[in-house]
Amino acid sequence: MMITNGIEDEEKWLAEGIAGIQHNAFYLHRALDSNNLREALKYSAQLLSELRTSRLSPHKYYELYMRAFDELRRLEMFFKDEDRHGCPVVDLYELVQHAGNVLPRLYLLCTVGSVYIKSKEAPAKDVLRDLVEMCRAVQHPIRGLFLRSYLAQVSRDKLPDIGSEYEGEGDTVMDAVEFVLQNFMEMNKLWVRMQHQGPLREKDKLEKERNELRDLVGKNLHVLSQIEGVDLEIYRDTVLPRVLEQIVNCKDELAQYYLMDCIIQVFPDEYHLQTLETLLGACPQLQPTVDLKTVLSQLMERLSNYASSSPELLPEFLQVEAFSKLSNAIGKVIEAQVDMPIVGAITLYVSLLTFTLRVHPDRLDYVDQVLGACVKKLSGKPKLEDSRATKQVVALLSAPLDKYDDIVTALTLSNYPRVMDHLDAGTNKVMAMVIIRSIMKNKTCVSTSDKVEVLFELIKGLIKDLEGISTDELDEEDFIEEQNSVACLMHMLYNDDPEEMLKIICTVWEHIMAGGPKRLPFTVPPLVFSSLKLVRRLQGQDGDLAGEQVPATPKKIFQLLNQIVEALSVVPSPELALRLYLQCAEAANDCDLEPVAYEFFTQAFVLYEEEIADSKAQVTAIHLIIGTLQRMNVFGVENRDTLTHKATGYSAKLLKKPDQCRAVYACSHLFWVDDQDGIKDGERVLLCLKRSLRIANAAQQMASVTRGSSGPVTLFVEILNKYLYFFEKGNPQITGSVIQGLIELIKTEMQSDSTTANSASDAFFTSTLRYIQFQKQKGGAMGEKYDSIKL
Amino acid sequence: MNFIIGAFKPACHISVTFSDGKSRKQVPLKKENGQTIMVPLFHSQENITGKISVEPISGKKVEHNGIKVELLGQIEMYFDKGNFYDFTSLVRELDVPGEIYERKIFPFEFSTVEMPYETYNGVNVRLRYVLKVTISRGYAGSITEYQDFVVWNYSPPPSINNSIKMEVGIEDCLHIEFEYNKSKYHLKDVILGKIYFLLVRIKIKNMDLEIRRRESTGSGSNTHVETETLAKFELMDGAPVRGESIPIRLFLSPYELTPTYRNINNKFSVKYYLNLVLVDEEDRRYFKQQEITMYRLGETS
Repeated sequence: MMITNGIEDEEKWLAEGIAGIQHNAFYLHRALDSNNLREALKYSAQLLSELRTSRLSPHKYYELYMRAFDELRRLEMFFKDEDRHGCPVVDLYELVQHAGNVLPRLYLLCTVGSVYIKSKEAPAKDVLRDLVEMCRAVQHPIRGLFLRSYLAQVSRDKLPDIGSEYEGEGDTVMDAVEFVLQNFMEMNKLWVRMQHQGPLREKDKLEKERNELRDLVGKNLHVLSQIEGVDLEIYRDTVLPRVLEQIVNCKDELAQYYLMDCIIQVFPDEYHLQTLETLLGACPQLQPTVDLKTVLSQLMERLSNYASSSPELLPEFLQVEAFSKLSNAIGKVIEAQVDMPIVGAITLYVSLLTFTLRVHPDRLDYVDQVLGACVKKLSGKPKLEDSRATKQVVALLSAPLDKYDDIVTALTLSNYPRVMDHLDAGTNKVMAMVIIRSIMKNKTCVSTSDKVEVLFELIKGLIKDLEGISTDELDEEDFIEEQNSVACLMHMLYNDDPEEMLKIICTVWEHIMAGGPKRLPFTVPPLVFSSLKLVRRLQGQDGDLAGEQVPATPKKIFQLLNQIVEALSVVPSPELALRLYLQCAEAANDCDLEPVAYEFFTQAFVLYEEEIADSKAQVTAIHLIIGTLQRMNVFGVENRDTLTHKATGYSAKLLKKPDQCRAVYACSHLFWVDDQDGIKDGERVLLCLKRSLRIANAAQQMASVTRGSSGPVTLFVEILNKYLYFFEKGNPQITGSVIQGLIELIKTEMQSDSTTANSASDAFFTSTLRYIQFQKQKGGAMGEKYDSIKL
Repeated sequence: MNFIIGAFKPACHISVTFSDGKSRKQVPLKKENGQTIMVPLFHSQENITGKISVEPISGKKVEHNGIKVELLGQIEMYFDKGNFYDFTSLVRELDVPGEIYERKIFPFEFSTVEMPYETYNGVNVRLRYVLKVTISRGYAGSITEYQDFVVWNYSPPPSINNSIKMEVGIEDCLHIEFEYNKSKYHLKDVILGKIYFLLVRIKIKNMDLEIRRRESTGSGSNTHVETETLAKFELMDGAPVRGESIPIRLFLSPYELTPTYRNINNKFSVKYYLNLVLVDEEDRRYFKQQEITMYRLGETS
């Protein structure tokens, strides 16, 4: 209720004030129309007396002021015309000073003063100096501000600037500057003083009201910037030091913030660049609560825009050491503002970094310096918990990545990882992902182990569990995405020099081995394949390097691989390990390293025996083993026998009959390698096939016992196909008659009542027969061969 | 007296004209009845010459025991109204006893008249100069006519004219230093100066500079003092803070001032003071009064 009343009262007071002005304006107009100077002065003084009120808020006072202002314009027109009032302007200048009340007196004096300057009967500088001095008499903040704002308004176009018609003898630009500076300083003092007017409980309201008036003060700086004669020298030696002195000395947060911002906005960038030291020197002297980060960010943004406007400007930036000055200033500001929240400090560094990246993209040392300063600020503090601060750190770290499109550049920044250390685990991961994405996007190749070391240090949040965060709490999908990213990343680590590549691999391994069971399944395969790639590269160069003592030998790599794959046992992930062992074995085979290959197979079999219990997994595993083993040519007879024996043995021991059957006929390939000097043991091939036929038979019988009908003939048809394969390959044990017999068998089976008709297997069989027919008709050697088979 | 004369038809018409009446400067003079008339201005040691015409009402003769003109400098105290004290009294006999039938002109001259005091119209005292023409008659009472004139005495600018500078204050409350550029001002002068605020612990609302006139009449236990504020000039609006300095520029010409008069014929004195008044938000007044000397500067100099 009180507030409402307050507002209503104010409206009432304003209305009264306006009525007072209108009333006196009526008589004033009459006096002006009849050219009656005395009456005009009387009524204008009375009219202006309405501005003496203390009851209005700045907003309402402004309304009143504008009304009076309009009337003063009329009065000024009248004063200008001496014919109308017959009083020389110099006398008029005295006459208006007879007014008893100071406020109307000074408004009138400013009005006549404006006419006086225009008449050129006195030098502009003298009149201006007198006016600005006399205005001291109004010490009431709001009234004083408006009065001086009026003075600024009427004098704007009458400053003795260079090229102005009011330019006098000698150095009159300085007079113009001096006048505006003086008015500015007085206005600022009044403005600052406003906060002490009125009760403490209305502090917020006062602040708001003050804010409404700030442009009155700032306008002066704008006027200064518009003075033609203010060149760099005057700005540097007079304007800036004086303005800053006022800003620093007023010790007021609101004013300091606003005015610093004003300076930055109204004066040219070129001046800022050349006076950086002075401008920045003022910053640490400001009140500790001033929002300097915004001010300085503005400045740096302007400067970097300026720098990018023309490449010729860069030498200037270097010459004035813009970077080190800014950097120093920021350091000092942070030191001075002890209560500045960490987010403020980091925001400052982000701005500085942005500036650096835009102005000095080639100066990585600068970038590192900024990060170093940030580390210093963060050190000794617990991890960041303020989410805004964290955001700023992410911005800080992302900036170089965006700029350079090349993580390698960032990796040379020694302080980069140290900044990351201050992030909480979650953000650290986010940042790590940003880094990886940047690498992937730009297809950056990380080519030395040192860089890899740094890189993995950076993304360690993804590589291993960090303190306090257990992997259980993680979102499964996010986790998978992260780990896949890490896997992708590994393929970006590459060096043509095998030795360095090996180092890279070792480095990566050292990092990922700590990753724990959840991560290893993701990280081990890419590393294994990356290593195998290296192996194959070495194998290609084998000839050249033979006899030399090279540190990166396939043997060494295989030793490492052994360790790497073995690490999966903690997961445990036997299927994956098995596949990797087989990959390794194959590579070892290609390198002609029989013992190594054998060892890998041994590991694979051990896993098969001890870890793979699921029957489906077993089927897959055994087929993998068979497939790999088939391609191995490094083994001597003995080793090969051992391994093939094992493989066939396990094949026959699979749980389901059809699985057994298929594994066993697959084993037949182990004895017939279709190579120039591959093994070609036709007998054992036949043995395998026969064994699989037996198993197929057993399967049929089992089916008819348990279900009342035997299964489809699919298995038989499959075996028939194997027969045909070996037949064509020229296995002497596989003859046309054997095939003929099998075909008969299948036909019989199909006609038997107990056999369930199955269109798929029927079709399979029909197309197999068609194939035989086709081969027969083709003629040639193959046709002859097939002749013996009668359908 | 006048009303008595007014009751009867005057026997004749008397008028006084000064010989340089057309060229002599005229200044306003406030009469007792409140009217302002323009009268000639003289300075001390000037010759006062002119003509007096006596013109009987048509067809009547005026019989008299002699005609004289007196130049009187009179001080009149208001508590003793009607009782004039003549500090200057010069007489010129114009005619021996006889009769006047028609208009008759009498030239007169008072040469280098000492008129040390200025014409003054105060609250309790009046100093005036007058030419008094008296036609003495035995039985019907004398016929008298008065012609006022004003005397101003110019002073040269004082050879020593120090500024007034003073630091005053209330302990731990208000401390100011003020400075007026002179201690002696002429009547059309401008008072320039500054007020420095050295310590401000009270909330000042405004500050005025007053010009006060202190007129003292009588002497000893009969002294009457009357103080008037002739000017109230606002110097400052609002509350200054420590370190502020406020300019003073007060034009004296709009105000009706006289020179300072010290002990005029042991009857009265008129002194001027500048009173600096600070008013705080509770309307308490803090002031400091300083005497200034006023003097009349010659028009030409």
